[in-house]
Amino acid sequence: MKNHVLRPLFVVMGIVALILLARLVVVPKDFGAHERGYMYGWHRKSDEQVWKDFKVKYQGKEYCQGCHTDKYDAINKTPHKIIQCENCHGPAVDHPSDPPKLEIDRSRAQCLRCHYPLPYPTSGRSKIRGIDPDKHNPDVECSNCHNPHNPMGGLK
Amino acid sequence: MISRRNFLKTTAAGIAGITLPLAAFEIVDPRKLMAQEAKNPAKVRWVFLVDTYKCVGCGLCVKACKQENEIPYDANVTRTWVERYVLTKDGEISADTPKGARDGFTNSKIDLGQGKFKDIKKEDIDKAYFVPKLCNQCDNPPCVQVCPVGATYQTEDGVVLVDRKWCIGCGYCIMGCPYGVRFFHPVHHTAEKCNFCYHRISKGMKTACVDACPFGARLIGNIKDHNDPVTKIIMNERVGVLKEEYGTKPQVFYVGLSREVK
Ligand code: HEC
Ligand code: HEC
Ligand code: HEC
Ligand code: HEC
Repeated sequence: MKNHVLRPLFVVMGIVALILLARLVVVPKDFGAHERGYMYGWHRKSDEQVWKDFKVKYQGKEYCQGCHTDKYDAINKTPHKIIQCENCHGPAVDHPSDPPKLEIDRSRAQCLRCHYPLPYPTSGRSKIRGIDPDKHNPDVECSNCHNPHNPMGGLK
Repeated sequence: MISRRNFLKTTAAGIAGITLPLAAFEIVDPRKLMAQEAKNPAKVRWVFLVDTYKCVGCGLCVKACKQENEIPYDANVTRTWVERYVLTKDGEISADTPKGARDGFTNSKIDLGQGKFKDIKKEDIDKAYFVPKLCNQCDNPPCVQVCPVGATYQTEDGVVLVDRKWCIGCGYCIMGCPYGVRFFHPVHHTAEKCNFCYHRISKGMKTACVDACPFGARLIGNIKDHNDPVTKIIMNERVGVLKEEYGTKPQVFYVGLSREVK
């Protein structure tokens, strides 16, 4: 058999060998079929840890109890106790070390999420007392008159 | 001159030569895989329960999800969202989800997009409700099957994750998901989706959306634990799933699901 016929064949085989070698180097050791089998579990195992190590930002209401006891106790006596502090103050992350202060969402839109009246028969929304934002003291922040930590406790 | 016979001979030999090293590098052992599947030692299988009666459409779940999972706040993409359905007496169905309900529903007008709104009179409404949506963490996830590089996968406890380092951004999984929960992350440019806050549930916490919901409309549980309150509801009450006919075996269960919800 003539050389010029075999030569391209050798070249192709060389390329294939190179690709396989590169695969050995590039593909990490933990890449393969894991618990969920070949169809659903074909992955880099260490990526699971990457996701587990993702930073937690929302700490929950109990986290605030020790330092903002007054607010915590006040809101727990009202129907607003179901609302997490961080829903109005943003994620605590590592507060008070970082960030030292949390935001205070005083926007009317924040309160209207629940208090804009939508009388939908098959939704809990219809049971929350609503106000018409165009008529109920427009342009003034709700917290100027209502205390969000004590909404039933009379006006300021 | 090369003869026909010789040509065929060398070609066959060449192909055999090329495939030999491939076989030598074989990683998957089907017998081992079969054994793995059969054993399935998982003690945890995360599932989600949504009560559509309790949802008021405040959108605080969406707000919390975006901040917890570092999804750019003003980009119009989100891992979870809330849809509003309004059915009128004449049989018409209107649905919207402005900004994924990040700011809740603070208007009775239905957002039709492109700056158009539809006003529906209170008297005309037959039923109306909110439906939170998120990744269904299917038992047969089509998004995982279509990934050509093994960048999206399912963990032992049933959560589908995306390997951001491995994802090549081809978008097959985004097209493959029948629930439309996947999108490209505007910063990482890789496929992105809800992962039941894997960093929180693996630490014994609840997901950010479950914690943020004031009304208990969202719950997460372990279906392998028969004492889990979520498992009890799924087993004993009438719950539905989305697009069952697709055979994806979704693991987000809904109380009060209605047929107009897609
Ligand atoms: C370890 C104690 C500690 C914990 C826990 C804590 N805080 Fe604070 N917080 C502080 C301190 C100290 C300040 C700064 C007060 C100042 O500078 O006036 C502060 C400031 C704030 C402010 C801004 C007050 C203002 O006047 O601007 C808000 C809002 C706030 N915290 C909310 C929260 C919430 C919500 C939580 C729970 C998720 C929380 N904090 C948990 C100590 C704490
Ligand atoms: C419904 C929204 C809402 C919730 C829930 C809420 N807050 Fe507030 N919070 C506000 C608003 C609005 C202000 C600003 C009040 C004002 O301007 O008088 C505020 C002010 C504060 C302040 C600083 C101002 C001050 O008066 O000292 C702290 C600290 C605080 N909240 C802590 C908490 C804690 C802790 C919780 C949970 C137990 C909580 N808040 C829950 C809306 C909320
Ligand atoms: C997550 C939903 C939610 C948000 C956000 C919310 N509220 Fe409420 N609020 C409620 C619920 C539920 C009640 C108790 C049910 C009722 O009577 O309306 C309530 C009660 C009240 C009441 C007492 C009504 C009465 O019966 O006298 C006032 C006032 C009030 N809220 C003001 C506010 C203000 C101001 C804000 C914004 C800082 C706010 N709310 C944000 C859910 C919410
Ligand atoms: C200028 C002061 C003022 C401002 C600003 C204000 N309110 Fe009120 N609000 C009142 C007074 C006074 C009442 C009680 C009398 C009434 O029912 O109108 C009241 C009543 C309410 C009630 C109870 C209604 C009912 O049916 O019992 C809710 C809920 C409420 N306000 C929510 C809000 C929200 C949300 C905002 C912001 C978008 C807001 N308010 C802004 C003064 C104010």
